[in-house]
Amino acid sequence: MRPEPRLIEVRKNVLKQNDVVARALRDRFRGAGVFVVSLVSSPGSGKTAFLERTLTLLRPNYRVAALVGDLATENDALRLARSQAPVKQITTGTLCHLEAAMVQSALEGWDLNQLDFLFIENVGNLVCPSSYDLGEDLRLVLISVTEGEDKPLKYPTIFNSADVAVVTKVDLAAAVEFGWKTAYDNIQAVRPGMPVLKVSAKTGEGMEEYLSFLAARLIELRQAAVV
Amino acid sequence: MHELSIAMSIVELAEEETERRGVQIDAVHLKLGALSGVVKAALLSCYEMACENTPLKGSRLVVEEVPVVIFCPSCRAQRPLSSVQLFCCPECGTPCSEIVQGRELEVVALEIQECAPNPV
Repeated sequence: MRPEPRLIEVRKNVLKQNDVVARALRDRFRGAGVFVVSLVSSPGSGKTAFLERTLTLLRPNYRVAALVGDLATENDALRLARSQAPVKQITTGTLCHLEAAMVQSALEGWDLNQLDFLFIENVGNLVCPSSYDLGEDLRLVLISVTEGEDKPLKYPTIFNSADVAVVTKVDLAAAVEFGWKTAYDNIQAVRPGMPVLKVSAKTGEGMEEYLSFLAARLIELRQAAVV
Repeated sequence: MHELSIAMSIVELAEEETERRGVQIDAVHLKLGALSGVVKAALLSCYEMACENTPLKGSRLVVEEVPVVIFCPSCRAQRPLSSVQLFCCPECGTPCSEIVQGRELEVVALEIQECAPNPV
């Protein structure tokens, strides 16, 4: 007798394992009252400089820490450690993105209750990190003025998965004739309503506005936890 | 390029079902959203690699691509997006951020061979 092909319905999310871990992380973060921010961007857009400045400026008033993902080297962790904040490097080997389980194991030994903000710097890549939830409260997508205004149109998926766009290296905007309106319109085209911040980690321009934004979100998180 | 790890997750998931149900799988049917961050062609070539040395070797991956559908607050209706570079209602032009479908990365069905019991 000839075997009959038959379809069995399954309906299983391929990234379920990651999503389960991410959900557990999010619950832990909420329980500890720590606000978690992840950063995604292409390599060289200034994530580490921006994060170093963020940690340095937040440290006098908040308890901050960071995890930083790279394929290889501890260079970024060493740079970020200059801020005096606790920093841990996650080296992914050849993997092009962070997964929730890597965040989970990197957090081992850290008391989340002792933190106000945790930053997670993803591997420099505008493609792969979009599919992986890390349990963060806020995902920042960075675009430097030197990259060109059309990055959002070239990588709509990751821009759509982010909550806030941060335009970095604005001190170089005039030199590279960065088109603000075009960039803004492109961001809004792929993610209508997304807030856009402009910063320079070098001069400090825009950092105050960004830090007040974070502070307000931390208050919101803690108020929601009380209710 | 994370399609290989995605392909391996698909194979792993299908393998579990193979063991659980005691069946041989001919094909895995997958729904792939336009916003899943996964490229169909790359995934298909990685799938074959991921099947090596597993009970899934020789099986096919059948991909159904799912377009992005948004909810337009002005029309109060679901509309298919004409381009992932422009999240606007194709009818009235209102910017739309509510995504109804298009993020799928989901194994929806397994195609198996059902053999008649051996007439011994």
